[in-house]
Amino acid sequence: MTEVAVVAFAQAPNVRRTHGTTNGVEMLVPIFDEVYTRTGLSKTDIGFWCSGSSDYLAGRAFSFISAVDAIGAFPPIHESHVEMDAAWALYEAWLKIRMGEVDTALVYGFGKSSAGELRRVLSLQLDPYTVAPLWPDSVSIAALQARLGLESGRWTEKDLAEVAARSRRDATGNPRAQFGGETDVAALLDSEPVADPLRRHDIAPVTDGAAVIVLAAADRARDLTERPAVINGIDHRIDTPSLGARDLTTSPSTRIAGEAVGTDGVEIAEIHAPFTHQELIVRTELGLGDEVRINPSGGTLTGNPMFSAGLARIGEAAQRILDGDATRTLGHATSGPALQQNLVTVLERG
Amino acid sequence: MTAVESEPAETPEQPLSAPLDIGFDYTRSVGPVLGRFMTALAQRRILGVRGSDGRVHVPPVEYDPGTAEPLEELVDVEAEGTVVSWSWVADPLPGQPVQRPFAWALIRLDGADTALLHALDTGGDPASARTGQRVRVRWADEPVGHIRDIAYFVPAADPPADAAPTAPAPPAAKTDADDGVIDTVITPVHLNYTHSASLEESRYLRALADGRLLGQRCPGCHKVYIPPRGACPTCGVPTTDEVELPDTGIVTTFCIVNVPFLGQRITPPYVGAYILLDGADIPFLHLVLGCEASEVRMGMRVRAAWRPREEWSTTLENIAHFEPTGEADAPYASYAHHL
Repeated sequence: MTEVAVVAFAQAPNVRRTHGTTNGVEMLVPIFDEVYTRTGLSKTDIGFWCSGSSDYLAGRAFSFISAVDAIGAFPPIHESHVEMDAAWALYEAWLKIRMGEVDTALVYGFGKSSAGELRRVLSLQLDPYTVAPLWPDSVSIAALQARLGLESGRWTEKDLAEVAARSRRDATGNPRAQFGGETDVAALLDSEPVADPLRRHDIAPVTDGAAVIVLAAADRARDLTERPAVINGIDHRIDTPSLGARDLTTSPSTRIAGEAVGTDGVEIAEIHAPFTHQELIVRTELGLGDEVRINPSGGTLTGNPMFSAGLARIGEAAQRILDGDATRTLGHATSGPALQQNLVTVLERG
Repeated sequence: MTAVESEPAETPEQPLSAPLDIGFDYTRSVGPVLGRFMTALAQRRILGVRGSDGRVHVPPVEYDPGTAEPLEELVDVEAEGTVVSWSWVADPLPGQPVQRPFAWALIRLDGADTALLHALDTGGDPASARTGQRVRVRWADEPVGHIRDIAYFVPAADPPADAAPTAPAPPAAKTDADDGVIDTVITPVHLNYTHSASLEESRYLRALADGRLLGQRCPGCHKVYIPPRGACPTCGVPTTDEVELPDTGIVTTFCIVNVPFLGQRITPPYVGAYILLDGADIPFLHLVLGCEASEVRMGMRVRAAWRPREEWSTTLENIAHFEPTGEADAPYASYAHHL
């Protein structure tokens, strides 16, 4: 079957609040331009379009249809959408190219988290019969998971603060990150919990943003960029939605997806962890040792644009190869509460 | 859905925004397993379901998380259990079960093997929550067959002296008349947003407040859009050059509304029509009144009927409706490409 490669990636600035609309066109039009410029493609060259976003974030129905305006979708295009992080839109686009239906695809995700109260809106992704009617917010659920690891000795508060400090330090090199800087682990640990046991630095910020990736069949990819990032493997798995029925300190879905794609020899991994302890879970499940560079972009803890943060992890992992800085990298995306669903992809220099 | 709009504070450089409060009663059929769970809750009993491996799941699951086998053996568990993990909420969000500082807790009820997520009221004191703590259910005053029949949990040994108020009951569940088992539960959901107009739409809306109709031309296809757009749907670029349009135009296509619906403001029959203003390329939807519905035709010339100036704001509702001018109809060929 056809090999598929990432040939371009762009993301909107990660910001706490944009003045734009919830249909995302203000964030998407400029980053579409960026990837067109880099690849020399125009919209008429794109064989398939696939996006990830959520009407619950926008507070209105069919907001993703308005986003299609950013494409300029006339004459009609071949288009699809997932109500998930756009990493899963990338999976659908990857399949389209693998099956030989198209040889290029543009994948995008967007979200204006600031339009509503994000942690409350995210309650509605939970079981609608026995959990969502209680309105447990996303931060509180992650905090339950964090405490299980703290009290069982799987990680310490210092381990978590170190993840935050490293992320913020690395984000200083990422001009599109929401924030970054040098921080002292001891000072972070001095702060009061905001969702005991989680402190502010353990929790990804609320972010408005968007990201785009262009995929191409490997035989076309070389015409579009010097060093395409070939998708060596991609797999996604899901754990039970019943939060109390699984060991929240582990992530079997991540482990199985990682085993399916093969993570040996990865030099850099971009992990989609909206909470510090979740990075530790994913690292462990993927068997990533100390030699693997984690989240050189600063990761989700320094910018968490809903529905594009996972796609951006794959984009950042691919960018290291496009830039010639690495030969084998890993991108991870998560969806749902407490790492319920996970996608893992390994990219290689073509 | 209900939408509430109000006039925001504004400066010319900022896009317009307004609160958008939406609500909906989610009405869900529950199936036999959750139906019996909900039915038991209304009787202040808690049921679990036995999984393929013998584990008792609370809340019950319909299919085994490991084997995906359908599960149906429901068993009673206790209304008392042990905290497996907890997190603290200093500022409760709207809708959460306790409206003073409380803990979310994963609670393994006696007789269950999995943990139930629910709220734990310790009287507002975080130091009174701990893993391993024994807790028991505080039932809602009027159980209706809903997960909210469990109002929250309290420490079994030393419950708060002042009980937290319980939330109002959700609408009563619906019961199957044949077997007496609940088959539908209703969960009201309310969400609050700030809805923003685009910069282009904001210029258009501000012009409306002055009684002007402001469109913009797409730099790619040169079509004039009203309202203007953050991205031309054909070209994918923002519309730019501003074009002031008259309040006259034609009906391109229309429909006669004969069906009454919730929130309807005009008595049927009446006409909803696509109005193409003179000089615009994209029609918008508005009302055509001032003549019999049966007289409205494609190509009919119409003019805006504005509300009194003192009622104007940043909305197309400043135009109450369009009405016929009495001029000769536009020939079909002049608007065929706008249909």
